[in-house]
Amino acid sequence: MPEGPAPVPVTQRLRVRYAKRGRLRFTSHRDISRAVERAVRRAGIPVAHSAGFTPHPKISYAGAAATGVASEAEYLEIGLTATRDPAWVRTALDEALPSGLDILDVVVARAGTSIADRLEASEWTIRLDGVAPDTAVEATEAFMAAAEVEVERLTKKGLRRFDARSAVSTCGIQPGESDRRGSDETAVPCVILRMVVRQTTPAVRPDDVLAGLRQVAGFAPPSPPLVTRLAQGPLNADTGELTDPLDPDRETEPPGGDATAGHGLASMPAGAVSADVVGAHP
Amino acid sequence: MPIESIFPRLEPLLPTVQKPIQYVGGELNSQVKDWDEAEVRWALMYPDAYEVGLPNQGVQILYEILNEREGVLAERTYSVWPDLEALMRKHAIPQFTVDAHRPVGAFDVLGVSFATELGYTNLLTALDLAGIPLRAADRTDEHPIVLAGGHAAFNPEPIADFLDAAVLGDGEQVALAITEVIREWRREGEPGGRDELLLRLAKSGGVYVPRFYDVSYLPDGRIQRVVPNRPGVPWRIVKHTVMDLDEWPYPKKPLVPLAETVHERFSVEIFRGCTRGCRFCQAGMITRPVRERSITTIGDMVETGLKESGIDEVGLLSLSSADHSEIGDIAKGLADRYEGTNTSLSLPSTRVDAFNITLANELSRGGRRSGLTFAPEGGSERMRKVINKMVTEDDLIRTVTTAYENGWRQVKLYFMCGLPTEEDEDVLAIAGMARRVIKAGREATGRRDIRCTVSIGGFVPKPHTPFQWAAQADHETVDRRLRALKDTLRRDREYGKSIGLRYHDGKPSIIEGLLSRGDRRVGDVIRAVWEAGGRFDGWSEHFSYERWAAAAETAFAEQPVDLAWYTTRERDEVEVLPWDHLDAGLDREWLWQDWQDAVDGTEVEDCRWTPCYDCGVCPTMDTEIQIGPTGKKLLPLTVVR
Repeated sequence: MPEGPAPVPVTQRLRVRYAKRGRLRFTSHRDISRAVERAVRRAGIPVAHSAGFTPHPKISYAGAAATGVASEAEYLEIGLTATRDPAWVRTALDEALPSGLDILDVVVARAGTSIADRLEASEWTIRLDGVAPDTAVEATEAFMAAAEVEVERLTKKGLRRFDARSAVSTCGIQPGESDRRGSDETAVPCVILRMVVRQTTPAVRPDDVLAGLRQVAGFAPPSPPLVTRLAQGPLNADTGELTDPLDPDRETEPPGGDATAGHGLASMPAGAVSADVVGAHP
Repeated sequence: MPIESIFPRLEPLLPTVQKPIQYVGGELNSQVKDWDEAEVRWALMYPDAYEVGLPNQGVQILYEILNEREGVLAERTYSVWPDLEALMRKHAIPQFTVDAHRPVGAFDVLGVSFATELGYTNLLTALDLAGIPLRAADRTDEHPIVLAGGHAAFNPEPIADFLDAAVLGDGEQVALAITEVIREWRREGEPGGRDELLLRLAKSGGVYVPRFYDVSYLPDGRIQRVVPNRPGVPWRIVKHTVMDLDEWPYPKKPLVPLAETVHERFSVEIFRGCTRGCRFCQAGMITRPVRERSITTIGDMVETGLKESGIDEVGLLSLSSADHSEIGDIAKGLADRYEGTNTSLSLPSTRVDAFNITLANELSRGGRRSGLTFAPEGGSERMRKVINKMVTEDDLIRTVTTAYENGWRQVKLYFMCGLPTEEDEDVLAIAGMARRVIKAGREATGRRDIRCTVSIGGFVPKPHTPFQWAAQADHETVDRRLRALKDTLRRDREYGKSIGLRYHDGKPSIIEGLLSRGDRRVGDVIRAVWEAGGRFDGWSEHFSYERWAAAAETAFAEQPVDLAWYTTRERDEVEVLPWDHLDAGLDREWLWQDWQDAVDGTEVEDCRWTPCYDCGVCPTMDTEIQIGPTGKKLLPLTVVR
């Protein structure tokens, strides 16, 4: 029996922020990993492989959003067998991926915490068509006022009951975005919820929060929610805002020179991006 | 007229259906052309789920060839699963293409590729969702021409009522020819409407338009004759044969889906046709003669395909890949080129031949040697003579011994059950063969972890083969023989545990038999099954034998025919077969003689290396065997990385 060839060692690790947008939000995690593997090959990025008879490319994912959920802040890490300019990788990989899986940022990983450890919380928007803003405001206020909101979800291990409230640090209506859809008289009202949810076990997902809103206020949107993850990262306890999880890897310090978590906020693109995201689904 | 995307209406439904990604399109190398700039618009359908349909070579080839042409647009559509079908009906969303989500009803041609007859009910679902009348006779100038192709189209009679036209054989050139006929008719201002267009296609001799042929029946149910009912329409419709595969190196830019599909590899067809002469094999009969793609074109296609797709697995596709005249050099050349690049190479269809182990070793260089598949097809020597599968049990044992010695641990063997003249002992002989395989493997390696999997399919007699006259075995017989085989293997204490057995019950084969050799009267059965909810008949979890049997019972109540008449009845030489007016080039007398030879156990050699045995294809179709060797070699690639 032939021995598998010894793998070429990893000489550079890259951390990548990518988005899944539009119709590609229906990709599953497995779909994305297949697409990324093929794109890496097409782009000629010297990806490292695992040892053994069926070598796998060294690409790992952190906190992937569920099928059907759009995201502006997904993260993966690639091990390379040769060093490459992160800016080149960003362009090459983005070109090789189908439009809708878009590469937003690539940095060289520095020693220290893993990317998964930095993803303490997520910021989400949930677009709901056919919901009047007042109803949504009432529901979110009732939800945030509650100490605990137990919801049920069908998991692989059966029906599970857990608290959906404590993981939610903020939840409200996105100001200025809650509006009527379309301009003519047939337009339906639409509201966009915005929330920051901490990473917990079991994970509290946006649809769990919606279940919680139904629980506390009978909130029942008539159409399926359009969920978008705007950001993931360390949660600043003082501001309640998320910071960029790639900042600790950046070689140049963020503006202000002080690389503590709070100051990373200045380079945080999530706020700027969010309006586009919402606007991309008219 | 502007054609709008239905996607905004589809999108809200997608979160609630299984695997929504299959409906969104956006595959790498897919394309969306401007609707208004196109003169001729094709919707290409594979009538099964996306995961099965997307990798289909035929659809990918035609998609690329048509889209390359100026003024021609092609998009793809697949069967939607029942969960989405229900929602589409509720929200009045029509059958759509995945490329631009345009309604299928707006295209000029709906070209459907039938690899199997079990897709017929899915055709009806698609037509109905598209708003196209099921019966071709009810369609107007506004509806697309519904055109069938693929192997099942060599007897399209069971779906003749639902088709406007069918084409036989290789699609590359005829798809373009049809496009030109439509374009010209359109430029002339569409004279005579749909009828005139179909007549022009029929007169070309290469397009079968069922409505221009009348079928009459004898009192006992057999066909009396099939006669053209329009002047200028030919008596026989001939198949199409592409004669230089090097001139048609498609797919150049393979479609790479986001969704997972049944074949996660880039396939290069290394030759078309097969003259091994296996008598059960419809593909081998209707795709003659053998036409090889040259080693250099194959090398170029693999290189371009890998570059364009990013896929890491290449399959060298054909009906019997090891038979390519330069397969050794191809395997070695590709293995040299891609060594160390984590690209895997495979030869999906292998014959029982020790040379294949050398090939498999070459292709798996440095990789894991897990399993090899061989297809003896018949369990006994006698049975293999009947089907002209010229391989002895000693050949097989020699081959698998070599395989085990070379580090392969698992051998898979394919067989058929229900073959003409088969007796119980022929099927039980499979157990003896499998035992010898394990024994040989243990002796060759000194190990106990040798495995052999026996996979058995039910035999279905197919049109245009020597077995087109044969009685199909009833499902009770097939099931009894398979049970006896299973019991024999289970009782074997020495080898039984090393032998896996995979088979299905015999009922689906009977329905496949009805659809394969059926005539126009079977159309009512298909429609009744579809109306009773029949969908995805190729999937065991959706297939219902009872539904088909009940529909046949009702549809044939007033007829002198029934399900058994179409399946388990042997035909005689003079009976008019439903596909006799459709010409695959095979001489009917030769086919009959080969059927007689089968019963006698007389074998026929391959005409690639023995003299022509007059099957009739080359002279009738004005074609010839195209094989190498070219003497060329694959040079090393300059690898950039």
